[in-house]
Amino acid sequence: MADESINKGRRRFLTASTAVIGGAGLIITAIPFVETWLPSARAESAGAPVTVAIGKIEPGQMVRYGWRSQPVFVVNRTPEQLQWLPKQDPRLRDPDSKESDQPKYCQNATRSIKPEWMVLIGICTHLGCVPDYKGEVKPEPFDPNWKGGFYCPCHHSRYDLAARVYQGVPAPLNMVVPPYHFVDDTHIQIGVDPKGAA
Amino acid sequence: MTDKTPRAAMRTLTALLLALAVMLVASPAALAEEGGGYPSANINVHDQASLQRGARLFMNYCVGCHSLKYMRYSQMADGLGLTEKQVMDNLNFTGAKFGEPIVSAMPEAEAEKWFGKVPPDLSLEVSAKGADWVSAYLKSFYLDPATASGWNNTVFPNVAMPFPLWQLQGEQVAMMNPPEGGQAATVKELKLAHPGSMTPAQYDQAVRDLTAFLAYVSAPDELPRSRIGAWVVIYLVLFTLFALVLKKEYWKDVH
Amino acid sequence: MGAFMQWFNERTPGLGAVYKKHMTEYYAPKNFNVMYYFGSLALLVLVNQIVTGIFLTMFYSPTAAGAFDSVQYIMRDVHWGWLVRYMHETGASMFFIVVYLHMFRGLMYGSFKKPRELVWLLGMLIFLALMAEAFMGYVLPWGNMSFWGAKVIITLFSAVPVIGSQLVDWIMGSFVPSDPTLNRFFALHVVALPLVLLLLVVLHIGALHEVGSNNPDGVEIKKHKGSDGHPLDGIRFHPYYTLKDLVGVGVFLIICAIIIFFEPTVGGFFLEHDNSIPANDLVTPATIKPVWYFSPFYAILRMIPSKGWGVIALALSIIVLFLVPWLDRGKVKSIRYRGVGYKVALTIFAIVFILLAAIGADLTPGWIVAIFGPNADITTIENLFGRILVVLYFGFFAFLWVYTFFGLEKTKPVPERVTTHD
Repeated sequence: MADESINKGRRRFLTASTAVIGGAGLIITAIPFVETWLPSARAESAGAPVTVAIGKIEPGQMVRYGWRSQPVFVVNRTPEQLQWLPKQDPRLRDPDSKESDQPKYCQNATRSIKPEWMVLIGICTHLGCVPDYKGEVKPEPFDPNWKGGFYCPCHHSRYDLAARVYQGVPAPLNMVVPPYHFVDDTHIQIGVDPKGAA
Repeated sequence: MTDKTPRAAMRTLTALLLALAVMLVASPAALAEEGGGYPSANINVHDQASLQRGARLFMNYCVGCHSLKYMRYSQMADGLGLTEKQVMDNLNFTGAKFGEPIVSAMPEAEAEKWFGKVPPDLSLEVSAKGADWVSAYLKSFYLDPATASGWNNTVFPNVAMPFPLWQLQGEQVAMMNPPEGGQAATVKELKLAHPGSMTPAQYDQAVRDLTAFLAYVSAPDELPRSRIGAWVVIYLVLFTLFALVLKKEYWKDVH
Repeated sequence: MGAFMQWFNERTPGLGAVYKKHMTEYYAPKNFNVMYYFGSLALLVLVNQIVTGIFLTMFYSPTAAGAFDSVQYIMRDVHWGWLVRYMHETGASMFFIVVYLHMFRGLMYGSFKKPRELVWLLGMLIFLALMAEAFMGYVLPWGNMSFWGAKVIITLFSAVPVIGSQLVDWIMGSFVPSDPTLNRFFALHVVALPLVLLLLVVLHIGALHEVGSNNPDGVEIKKHKGSDGHPLDGIRFHPYYTLKDLVGVGVFLIICAIIIFFEPTVGGFFLEHDNSIPANDLVTPATIKPVWYFSPFYAILRMIPSKGWGVIALALSIIVLFLVPWLDRGKVKSIRYRGVGYKVALTIFAIVFILLAAIGADLTPGWIVAIFGPNADITTIENLFGRILVVLYFGFFAFLWVYTFFGLEKTKPVPERVTTHD
C-alpha cells in the first residue's frame, strides 16, 4: 500500500476540475438533443408567414385566410361599424384588452393597426369553434341590440367587431389578434410584426 | 519479475495487425470513394462562390427537369450565404415559396412520355454515385445520331437524358475504335467538334461548380459539421488530458 | 449528503450494497492492459445507441412509403438531426470494432476458461443479439441496400429443410421485404432487442463479478489474499478502474468524433453509397454486400459453392465460437505462457478473420487486379484464396482441440502473482 501521504488537496482539485470539464461537455452535448424538439424546417415552412391581398375586400366584408392551420379573419370595417365600437365598452368583459392576446401595437380602441382593417384569429376562446361573422348592424335573435360582430353557434358566445367578448357568455377572453403588418396598402403579411414595432 | 521480450513481440504483432486492417480499408476505400477510377472532381464545398455559381447553373439548366426535393430554398440560402431576396429573385424558377423544397415544374407523366424515363431527383446523386462520377458524366456527352435524343454518354451509355450544357461546352463527337469481330465499335475518345461559349478550362470550372453544388445538396450538414468537429476534438483532448492526470494521481496508490 | 444516503439505503432493496459489491468493493486485478478497455467502451456505446436511437425514433417514419424521406427529414429539417443520425450510425460500427477486440482479448488471455465459461456464453449471446439488432437497424432507412440486404439474408432461411420457404414468408410477412417486414423490424429493433441486450449485459457483468475478472497473466488473484481478506493483486474497481476507464473513454470519443464530424461514411464502409438510393425491388445494386462488420461471415457463406452448405458453414462459424471453452482443454489461460503453437494459431486466425472480411467487403477484386494484372480471373483466384481462408478459420478451432486434448502444447510456467511493468 502507499507509504507516502496522499495529497488530498491535489486529488480534490483534480477530481473537481475533471468533473467540471466533463459535466460541461455533457451539458453542451445535451443541447443539440433538446434542440431537435424545436420546430423543424418542415414545420417552419408550414407555419411560415402568409401574405394576403386585401384590395378586393368590400367595406363590411369579411374574408377568411389560413395561417399555421388556423382561420384568420380579415374584416374591412365601415365607418358605421367603427362608430359603435367605443359604445360597446360597458357591455364587454375586457374592453381594454388587458387579459387578451394581441400584439402591443393592437392594444388600442380598434385592436388594429389601421382602424378599418380588423385582423383576428377566428377561434372562439371558449372551446375552440369557429364563430360566424355577423357584420350587419341590425337586431339579431341572440341580441336585439346587435351592433355587428361575431357569433359562435356552439355555445352562443358573442364578440364585437374588434373581437372583444361580451359579458354573460361562456367565452372568457377576446379573440386573439396575430402578429401582422401592412406590406403595402393592399397586402398584409400575417405572422410578422411591423418593423420597429414591439 | 517481468518478461519483456514476448510482451514487446505481442505489442508489435498487434500493431502490425491493426496496421494491416487499416491499410486494407484505406487503399481500396479511396478507390471506392472515387466511384471506381474516374478523375478526381476536385471540388470544394466550402467555397461559397463556387456553390453559388453551381446553384445558378443548376437552376438555369437542370431544374427544368430535375428536382432537388430534399433541399428547401431557405436552406440553400443558408448554405450558400444568400439572402431570401437573392434566392427568390435569381434562383427560384419553380414558383415555390421560400421555405418550400426545390421541385421541378416538369410533370412526371410528360417527362416519361418525352424521354422514356422520369428524370430522377438529384438530391442524393453525389452520395449515391460519387462526385467524381457526376463530374465525369457532365463532361462525357457526345453527339450520337443513333439515340432518340441525339446524345449519348461514355460514363452512362445510352442514357435517356439529352445534353443541356451543349451551348456552354460545345459539342463533342466520339472517335471510335475499329470494331472487333462481330461486336459493336467502342468509343476510343471524345473530341470537341464544335466549341461552345466556354473554353474547355471555363467549362471544367463550371462542372466543378455544379458538382460542388450537388455535393453540397447531398450533404448540407458537411458545412457546419467540420467547423463544429474541430472544437469537439479540441475539447475532448482537453478532457482526456485532465482525466489522465487525475488517473495517474490516484494510481500512485497502486504498486 | 450522508444523512440522505442513510435514509435512502434504509428504504431501498440493497442498492447501496449493490454499489459496494460491484464498484467500491469489487477487487479487479491490478495488471489490466489496453485490451481491457473494451468492456466499458462497449457499455458506453450501448448507452449511446439507446439515447440516440430514442431521439431518432421521435422523427423516423417506420413505413415503406415514408422511411427514406423521414431519414432525409432528420438529416436536413430537424435541428441537429444530422448529428443524432451520425452518432447512431457511427456507434453501430464502433460497437462491432469494440466487441471484436473485446472477444479477441478473451481468446488471448483465456477469459473463457473455467470458471468463466458462462461469462463467455452470455457474451456470445450478446454478440448474436447485436448482429440481429444491427441487421434490422440497417433495414430501417429503407435504402436500396437495406432492401436487397434484407432480401438476401432473409432468403438464406429458405435453406432450412421442409419449412424453409414458409419460414421466409413468415419472417417477411409478405413475399418480398416490404411494409410488414419494415414495421416488425422496427418494433424488434427499437423495443425487443434493446431489452434483450440490456438483460444479457446485466447477466454478463453479474456472472463476471461472481467469479472475478481474469487478467493478462491468467493468474487467479483470489488465490493470494491479504490479511484483510482482499486479493493481494487486486485493487478496488472504484476509483482505480473507473478513472482509468474514463481516460479510455476520452481517447475513444476522440476517435469517434473525428469519424462523426469529418468522415462519417468512412468511404462507404460505415454508410454505403447504395443506401442513398430509395429501395427499388426492380434494380439490384452492383454488388450486394452487408455492412463491414458482417463481412467475414458473409465471405464464409459465399465461398461455399452450395447454398445449403453455405448457410450451414455460416451458422457453424458462429456456433463454434460458443464451444471454445470446451474445445480448448489447455490449463494455462494466458497467451503469455502458452505454447508457441497457440500463439501462431491465434495470430493466423486474426489475419484470416481480417482477410475474410476483405473478401466479404468486396475489396479483393481491386487487389487481385493489382497483383495479377487486369486480365486475372478474379472469381477463380478469389474463390481459391477464400476457400483456403475458410479452412484456416475452422482449422483454428480444430487445431485448438487437437493441440490441447492430446497434450501437444508445451506451456511456460505460470507465475503465482501478476506481473506488471513497474
